This record gives sequence, C-alpha cells and structure tokens, in this order.
Amino acid sequence: MDIVYFAWVRERIGLPRERVETSAATVADLVAELSAREDRYAAAFADVSALRVALDQELSDFDAPLEGVREVAFFPPMTGG
Amino acid sequence: MPVRVQEAPFDLGLETAAFAAGDATMGAVVTFTGVVRDLPDTPLIAMEIEHYPGMTERALTTIAQEAITRFRLGDALVIHRYGRLTPGEMIMMVATSAPHRVDAFAAAEFLMDYLKSRAPFWKREITAKGAAWVAAKDADEAALERWVGDRK
Repeated sequence: MDIVYFAWVRERIGLPRERVETSAATVADLVAELSAREDRYAAAFADVSALRVALDQELSDFDAPLEGVREVAFFPPMTGG
Repeated sequence: MPVRVQEAPFDLGLETAAFAAGDATMGAVVTFTGVVRDLPDTPLIAMEIEHYPGMTERALTTIAQEAITRFRLGDALVIHRYGRLTPGEMIMMVATSAPHRVDAFAAAEFLMDYLKSRAPFWKREITAKGAAWVAAKDADEAALERWVGDRK
C-alpha cells in the first residue's frame, strides 16, 4: 500500500511517499501501527483531529476500512482558494 | 467544465472573455479571483502552494459538476495555481455562467466555500521571520454548513 503525506505531515515524517506492508483493517489501525514505529510518526499523528485522510484520492474517515485501497494520503485540513 | 491546476500564471481577462463567449443564452457571468495578500505586520516574501496531483483535479471536477447541477449553470471554470507566488499575484479564479445573476453569484460562492476546505491545497507563508503553514479557519468549515440541506 502506498502512503503519501502533504504539508506539515510530510515535513514531520520526513518523506513525501512510502510503500508499506500492512494488515491494518482501518485507517485508525494503520495510524496506530505507524505511530508505534518511530517518534516522527507518533509526532505527526499525535492529534488526528488535526488531520484529514484520503483513500485512493477520495476524502474519507479514520474509521474507514482499508480493504482494496491502494493509496492512503494524510494531510492537514486544506487551505485552498 | 474546464478545471485547471497549473504552476504558470493565467490571464484573467483572456480567461474571462473566452469563458463568457461560450453560450449566448447565459445572461450572467460572475468571476472571483484570489490574490496573494501581503501581511500587515510582517511583509510576505512568498506564498508556497502545495497540492495533491491527481486528487486535486478530481476534487475540483466533482465540486464544479455539483455547482453546475445545483445552480443550473451553463458552465463553470476553475483555475488554481501551485508553487511559489509573490504578493499581488493571482492564485486562482472561478467563473460561473447562468441565465440569471442570482444563480451565477450563488454558484461562485458555493465553489469558493467548497474549494477552501475540500480541495487538496496547502499554503505556506514565507516571511523574514521564517515559514509557517497557513492554518484552516473554522469560519471556512462553517461556511460549508449553509449549503448542506439547502439544495435548490
């Protein structure tokens, strides 16, 4: 599964994209798995209410299932316009 | 329904003229332009805009399509830039056309409200004091509320 990061999430984790092998059932499970890996992930995911997630480039929720998902994106609330 | 995400500047006059020339049954064309605003206290050196290639185009197309259906528009145009911009530069524009102005104005506001909070762009302000990501405003999220359950 590809994971992509944007804005300060990308800066905190230190890379824009990575491929991970995971059996996480939901986005929240994936966040817990990554946070347990290293401090930089824990720092980026410390407050998930300050984050948004997209699954295969569609906005989604942290309790959404990951089955069949190819790309997960984490980023702060958008500031377009 | 043109939607463009680009690094290069755009010509507001040419874009508006081309859009307005599309359909003579449209009596109203509304445009909105977002400009990089200098800061009152600490002068802004530049604004960097990051986006999510692939998702950005998809999100903008969905939002524009929703506006066309909801407000019975003739057409809608969205152009949004990314990369490094300086104060006074145009960041983005929307244009809407409808038989009557009420729909064209409302659709332009609808597009802006959704674009602010649902299109994957992030802004970073660079000043002499350093760089900081622009935080999303609660007011922008609240602005979406008025369109929920208010379907025409």
